[in-house]
Amino acid sequence: MDHGSRNRTIGEPEFELLIMAKKKNKEVEQEVPAPEVAPATEPAKKSIQSDTDNPKIGFYICDCGINIAGVLDNDALKDFAATLPNVTVSRRYKFMCSTVGQQFIQDDIKNGLVDHVVVAACSPRMHEPTFRRALDGVGLNKFLFEQANIREHCSWVNMNTPTEAMEVAKDHIRMLIAKVARNKELEVSRVKVDKNCLIIGGGVAGMNTALDLANGGYGVTLVEKEATIGGHMAQLDKTFPTMDCSACILTPRMADVGRHPNIKLMTNAEVESVEGYVGNFDVTIRQKATFVDNDKCTGCGACADHCPAWAGNEFDLGMQYRKAIYIPFPQAVPTKYVIDGKKCVKCGVCARPDVCEPLAINLNDTDKFVKKRFGTIVISTGYKPFDPTPLLQYGYGKYENVITGLQMERLLSSFGPCLGKPLRPSDLKAPHSIVFVQCVGSRSDREVSHPYCSRVCCMYALKQARQYKEKHPDANITIFYMDIRAFGKGYEEFYEICARQYGINFVRGRLAEITKGTEPGSLFVRGEDTLMQQVIEMETDMVVLSVGLEPQADVKEICAKLSVQQAGDGFFLEAHPKLRPVDTLTDGIFIAGVAAGPKDIPDAVSQAKGAASSAAVLMSQGEVEIEPYYSIVDPAKCSRCKSCLEQCPFGAIIFNDVLNLTSINPAKCKGCGTCAAACPCGAITQNHFTNDQIYGEIEVVLPMTQGGKVE
Amino acid sequence: MAHATTELSNEMNAAGNAPEGWTPKILALVCNWCTYAGLDQAGTSRMQRPANIRVLRVMCSGRLEPTMVLEAFRRGADGVIVSGCHLGDCHYTSGNYKMERRMALLKVLLKQLGIHSNRFIQTYISASEGAEATEIFSHFINGIRALGPSPLNKEWSK
Repeated sequence: MDHGSRNRTIGEPEFELLIMAKKKNKEVEQEVPAPEVAPATEPAKKSIQSDTDNPKIGFYICDCGINIAGVLDNDALKDFAATLPNVTVSRRYKFMCSTVGQQFIQDDIKNGLVDHVVVAACSPRMHEPTFRRALDGVGLNKFLFEQANIREHCSWVNMNTPTEAMEVAKDHIRMLIAKVARNKELEVSRVKVDKNCLIIGGGVAGMNTALDLANGGYGVTLVEKEATIGGHMAQLDKTFPTMDCSACILTPRMADVGRHPNIKLMTNAEVESVEGYVGNFDVTIRQKATFVDNDKCTGCGACADHCPAWAGNEFDLGMQYRKAIYIPFPQAVPTKYVIDGKKCVKCGVCARPDVCEPLAINLNDTDKFVKKRFGTIVISTGYKPFDPTPLLQYGYGKYENVITGLQMERLLSSFGPCLGKPLRPSDLKAPHSIVFVQCVGSRSDREVSHPYCSRVCCMYALKQARQYKEKHPDANITIFYMDIRAFGKGYEEFYEICARQYGINFVRGRLAEITKGTEPGSLFVRGEDTLMQQVIEMETDMVVLSVGLEPQADVKEICAKLSVQQAGDGFFLEAHPKLRPVDTLTDGIFIAGVAAGPKDIPDAVSQAKGAASSAAVLMSQGEVEIEPYYSIVDPAKCSRCKSCLEQCPFGAIIFNDVLNLTSINPAKCKGCGTCAAACPCGAITQNHFTNDQIYGEIEVVLPMTQGGKVE
Repeated sequence: MAHATTELSNEMNAAGNAPEGWTPKILALVCNWCTYAGLDQAGTSRMQRPANIRVLRVMCSGRLEPTMVLEAFRRGADGVIVSGCHLGDCHYTSGNYKMERRMALLKVLLKQLGIHSNRFIQTYISASEGAEATEIFSHFINGIRALGPSPLNKEWSK
């Protein structure tokens, strides 16, 4: 801001004002530290009465240095505006956004000259908040302000045609003066924000959000649909690029979550319904029947020892057995047994007092519903691995020795089915050669695949290949890849080490097909080496398909329950891909981890902490402001056609059958005005963008009386 | 093709016959989040276009009613632009889809009313598309220059 060019504007009355204001400000600065302009955040207690029927409009035109005045004749515009209806004050100043510029407006308001304000300057997207604060600072309702854009939409784009640009500027000024005359005082409503957060999904992202919020003193309810928290990370053996043991770094955090006094952990639970809005979500949670009383179960495991029914263990992707009463894995949190209702033969052995001494088993258990209010919600439902069965060329499901990356992870795991010594499924022998196939289900528009990159497959394949090489240095490992994407911290270095020190072969090209090999259990793979431009055919003992990550099956259902949006790729949609990656478009609901799109563990944890911070910001404020642009239904005009209900993407419009009334919940309404445009009866009015205001603008910009030819 | 004939006969006299001193007056009805921001970006980047566009801002293009366009034409606008976020990018998730449906019907109606199809466009301009906005708007203005004043422009049409 330029305050120093005294010589240029001498003689103008505004300049005198400027000097006075500057002197005044200087004195104030020296004597009292607080500036005279009221602080932006605290509105003055005394409010200024505005007569919205007979508005006194103050018009202020900004030179913006030479940005505006260099093209437009601002004095002419100042005089022009003075001739428009209801304009009582018309002033020009070099920089309206400066403290001094704002002071002009505030003084005019305080002196009773002005009770509606139009500033012709830059884009309202730039300085509307600045001027609104100035109004607020002297107790005038901040919605009695409008900004005419004569910079971005006029002087900057019409630099070479100043005469025509003047007409555009006049029209923009006309429009906003006409609009502000019709503006109504609006109140920013505030709603209380409950200090409890609901977290949906207890994987590594959900756990980190839960811990951060709980440590910050907020109440957290963590809802997990499986029997344990931990998510997919618990299934991993080691993590790239540091080769940390996944369980060793995860299970202590799981235990922290389990015993934190501020975290209520609800496993085997799902969100049934969500009502309400930011700060006040009324959530019903379905606690599924586990047939075991968690308060009584000690996790001793005697029930599982006696249970006669067997099933495949989901945690090991069916590669190991468990009983019908089980815990998913030894370090599960909570360490409470559950009964698989589908596999249980209802023999009642586990319920015998000599088996379960605490009498924790209740075979008549039913689903229960818990209702609770939350201020914020974090969605961290994670992903499911891509199912390669439909890609027939890879023969998954047909050949036993074609497995997925996650299965390989379990085979490599020290507490997996092979106790850390991978064997191929068909004959339980250690394979001498393994082929890894990259981008299975990712980076392809074909069939059931996804166009996006799943971001972890390159790295986990490298890691698994290296782990196998550590155990079997003479094994022959080939990775068929499209591009190796080693983008994270330490990833490229990891790739270098895998490729050079461990002697893993890389073939650039997508595998064409996998067929039966000559030896029992072996496989014949055919593909193209696109760098050598030749067909590659080889026999191998085992194939690992590096499957990508895809959205959970219930994303759509959760979107409907929470009024959040699903992106084109099937994951949850963030409010802005760059600047608001953890927010959803529904206030108070955040997303964390892979639920928002594929990412690795460090990214998921960062995002989880981001979501925790965003939720904490809302809850620590205790109150949230609601923009008053919401729509209102006039019941006298409403014909009850309900066509507005389907227009609203936020579920803000409710039709009450008992009262026969349509109403809009201001806290849920985002203020788009789509319903107002669609209402066939004109019964819906959008605050601040009423028909009166919009048609008023059209009326003055196209006055119909041009040239005096109106009939 | 009856409506096309009407359209032609109404506009034929005006086409290529712009009166001296006339410059098109065009109203752009745009959403706050994408198109208005895109026009801001065009401004910040000093992308020059003919000085004919008057911008009216609403929060979402879903707020725009076909009658607003009709009112602008009735009052003599030489052209009207309606623009929102790209499909799928709406700040309010789907307001632009609703706008698109309404405007698709309006286009048919405008033809039947004898208003040349080049006088109205419904488009999508994102917050980063200042260049695209400038190109689309300039092209639109040139099209209207070729047509001459709107038949409903009381000042200039005969």
